[in-house]
Amino acid sequence: MSLLQVRDLKTYFYTDAGVVRAVDGVSYDLKEGETLGLVGESGCGKSVSALSILRLIANPPGKIVGGEIFFEGKDLLKISEKEIRNIRGNHIAMIFQEPMTSLNPVLTIGLQIGEALELHRNMNKKEAREEILRLLRMVGIPDPERRIGDYPHQFSGGMRQRVMIAMALSCNPKLLIADEPTTAVDVTIQAQLLEVVKELTSRLGTAVMLITHNLGVVARHVNRMAVMYAGRIIEQGPAAEVYAHPWHPYTIGLLASVPRLDKPRKERLVPIDGQPPNLILLPPGCSFMPRCSYRMEICSKERPELRPVGDGHFTACWANMER
Amino acid sequence: MANDILIEIKNLSMYFPITKGIIRQQKIAEVKAVDGVNFFIRKGETLGLVGESGCGKTTLGRCLLQLIRPTSGEVYFEGVDLCTMASDHLRSIRQRMQIIFQDPFDSLDPRMTAGEIVAEPLRVHTRIRGRELREKIAELLKIVGLDPSMTERYPHQFSGGQRQRLGIARALAIRPSFIVCDEPISALDVSIQAQIINLLEDLQGEFDLTYLFIAHDLSVVRHISHRVAVMYLGKIVEVANRDALYRVAKHPYTIALLSAVPIPDPIVEASRERIILRGEIPSPIALPPGCNFHPRCPIGVEICQKEIPSLREIEEGHWVACHLA
Repeated sequence: MSLLQVRDLKTYFYTDAGVVRAVDGVSYDLKEGETLGLVGESGCGKSVSALSILRLIANPPGKIVGGEIFFEGKDLLKISEKEIRNIRGNHIAMIFQEPMTSLNPVLTIGLQIGEALELHRNMNKKEAREEILRLLRMVGIPDPERRIGDYPHQFSGGMRQRVMIAMALSCNPKLLIADEPTTAVDVTIQAQLLEVVKELTSRLGTAVMLITHNLGVVARHVNRMAVMYAGRIIEQGPAAEVYAHPWHPYTIGLLASVPRLDKPRKERLVPIDGQPPNLILLPPGCSFMPRCSYRMEICSKERPELRPVGDGHFTACWANMER
Repeated sequence: MANDILIEIKNLSMYFPITKGIIRQQKIAEVKAVDGVNFFIRKGETLGLVGESGCGKTTLGRCLLQLIRPTSGEVYFEGVDLCTMASDHLRSIRQRMQIIFQDPFDSLDPRMTAGEIVAEPLRVHTRIRGRELREKIAELLKIVGLDPSMTERYPHQFSGGQRQRLGIARALAIRPSFIVCDEPISALDVSIQAQIINLLEDLQGEFDLTYLFIAHDLSVVRHISHRVAVMYLGKIVEVANRDALYRVAKHPYTIALLSAVPIPDPIVEASRERIILRGEIPSPIALPPGCNFHPRCPIGVEICQKEIPSLREIEEGHWVACHLA
């Protein structure tokens, strides 16, 4: 059985300018121990869909207006506030893009990790201290006995993100949601951090949802991936399959537009035309239609639903071409 | 100096003092943001400058334009040293040198319309006014791929990519010969980045521009640059022609950087050897003795801890600052 099943999730934001359909009917599954990549550009709804799982959407202006989120068989959208609080951190943990804003600047990192341990794992101070040291060692922070009393600003960006990872894994969660965990750090540090996450989660059997805009990061670290555009999943499948045979014109365009270090240099890049969509004024039919080079008449009238195009590979596109 | 060289910098350094106290400020340390840098840029060429955050690449770009006055060293623009030039003199030179910033949200005045933003450099540096000015603005917007009917719009009414186009139009307004592009695409969406790269390349051909292209994305830098310089903690560690650098990088830092770039292909990624660098970038306040890179270097030997390696030409046009290269 799947660890997480998201069905037809809809999260809207009610603004003065109109209704922003940030997530508009998204469904996916995540099995135990699996790593799913959620890929898309800013504003495509990938973060909002993850925050919705933990019901962390500020209301107003945001609201989860429809759908179901089953975690170990329980619908997270129906349980009480007390129950969801027990799920957060304990069963589903999350790390964010900017560790500086997610850590409390006036508490030592030892206290911050310890808080989770005392709250969710009923440890006493002494047990907690041992466990914190073990966690810090596990994520590769040198000299943890000394650093346990340091404040967040005394750590570098990469080290802070390691603290976040230690905190997130402190309660042995079943699912780790990593929202752009390496976007704020440098490439050499990015490589270090992702290896830490990969190594630890595979050892602990934690399922991971990796949210990113970086197609390279996804290629290295996930089993399956879902590509989002304008609040919807437009393609999903095994990562190897999607990269080898991308089906949706947006996925094809994204993969074609990035220069690749392993390939000979192209004389010219092939961009995707046009601008990202305004979520308040989405066109009827397919949201990608205005930028699509394969568009047909039906695309402006009816919205395509996900349909199978290969083994576990789905796409939401009307076009049916030989690829 | 060969006459195809537009810009040459010699021994350029920028140290920022760290002070203590409010009334009697005492200098307690300094950040060596740029530390004895030498390079040149040929006319019509793009020099890519890569490095991680805090390595001094942005400071170097600003020192070049004299937006901050460097602590020491020389910046020759067409053979004239800008560092010793008085401010009012600099102003006329500045017409020929422009900058495009990373964040198209912060670098445009939210209270000015697109037309006013593009017109500003023309008002400051030229006598073009009235109808001629309006025509010029429309022409500039068209050049960067914006609709001239957008003249009256404010920055917030544009998307990120369009805002960056506006920044480019502003930089182009007074027909510069040299543009510092400071991370011009890193704030943009992936699908838009290629549009801006193509635009910059087209403009280079059309207006005979020379670029210093500052970025941390090595794949983009390979695409756009003719030559590439790699910076680490205020120093240039390697400079070479694009193909030489990407094919046979010599400095261990460059090699590690290249291996850390993820490739968007799971099959390639699965078989790739990756050099994971130990440790973190040291603080630029307390630099290690010897080679700046030695605490993280996978191949370092004893001499690296003692002597600072100088930038040597090991093959024609390929310069490396490493004792072991």
